Amino acid sequence: MVGKKTLEIWVGIFVAAGIAALAMLAFRVGNLTAADVVDGYKVRAYFENIGGLKVKSPVTMAGVRVGRVTEIFFDNESYRAVVVMNIDGRYRKIPKDTGASINTSGLLGEQYVGLDPGGDEEYLRDGDKITLAQSAIVLEKLVSHFLFSQAEKPPQPKK
Amino acid sequence: MNLFAYLGAWAMGTFERVGRASLFLYEIVAGSGQLFRRFTLVIQQVYAVGVLTLLIIMVSGLFVGMVLGLQGYNTLVKFGAEESLGLLVSLSLVRELGPVVTALLFAGRAGSALTAEIGLMKATEQLAGMEMMAVNPVTRVIAPRFLAGVIAMPLLAAMFSAVGVLGGHLVSVGLLGVDAGSFWSQMQSGVDFYDDILNGVIKSAVFGVVVSWIAVFEGYDAVPTSEGVSRATNRTVVYSSLAVLGLDFVLTALMFKGV
Repeated sequence: MVGKKTLEIWVGIFVAAGIAALAMLAFRVGNLTAADVVDGYKVRAYFENIGGLKVKSPVTMAGVRVGRVTEIFFDNESYRAVVVMNIDGRYRKIPKDTGASINTSGLLGEQYVGLDPGGDEEYLRDGDKITLAQSAIVLEKLVSHFLFSQAEKPPQPKK
Repeated sequence: MNLFAYLGAWAMGTFERVGRASLFLYEIVAGSGQLFRRFTLVIQQVYAVGVLTLLIIMVSGLFVGMVLGLQGYNTLVKFGAEESLGLLVSLSLVRELGPVVTALLFAGRAGSALTAEIGLMKATEQLAGMEMMAVNPVTRVIAPRFLAGVIAMPLLAAMFSAVGVLGGHLVSVGLLGVDAGSFWSQMQSGVDFYDDILNGVIKSAVFGVVVSWIAVFEGYDAVPTSEGVSRATNRTVVYSSLAVLGLDFVLTALMFKGV
């Protein structure tokens, strides 16, 4: 039988190690340290087609992540997809005529919203709408365009 | 006709046992309120079920993580995506293997010991003796063991996952030459604290309740002979393993629907 004091010390070590492991999982493995979007503001963009974009997909500018997609829904009036993005408060100087496009990282990677800065003097504010929005490239559409354009061409005369 | 009689007897017996187990769980939960005044009882049991299980958990976690690293590398390298190895190892550990393997090991190491201990106490009429002295054996013997199991399981699962991630790091960075920076950064961008880690902790807490419940009930319900105790111990391991695997499917289906 272990003495009472040693027993309590061992249990204390056990509990402390468990909590330390949980903390390691949270901070080292998980993304709790990178407080995601600090003091953000919301911007909307209307897309014809969002492809495989999902809530929580990153929003980048020049390749740097500046925010995240927080909400995606279908607008019944304009028949477009509305993408609401939460932009980090550190990046308040994004011009009003900035364009948004949906890109894919790599050939099979996840989709993200890329922002291309415009030249406007005014900056985007909370609740603003991005007017220049370029849809996602859907691979099937691209292929079918290519096939149709091939079919429409007159056959090349053989030499 | 005899066949139906057997079937009926079996069904009624099963339902009766489930009913008794549920009432027993209620009794334990109702009785564990008094334990906060005598928390040393729980601490002693946390030592027995937690600290003594620590070694097997750590060693298994290390090896599971290392094997995940080796196996994942073989597949990922075909797609040129070996940088995602950290993500693969940590997600599989945190979501699935951590809680499940810990619960299975816990059932084998601590659950069987609990059942045997309680069953022997019953066989040697220690529990009856306590009742004679107006000490409720459920609050004095059963509830501390149950509570200790519930406390210990999430901590053990967290340690399993953490050690497993370190094992995966050891193999993939040390042995296979994956870049350490992308190993950690891919992991951090892919593992979500709430969706993955907290759900894993919830899973292991549920498993803790189920395994400890089965273990103490089987011990308390054992036929008080040496054969009865050995059968009860056997049933604890079998039933809790099955319950853990079945519940894991249900919990996974509920938690990770769209993620």
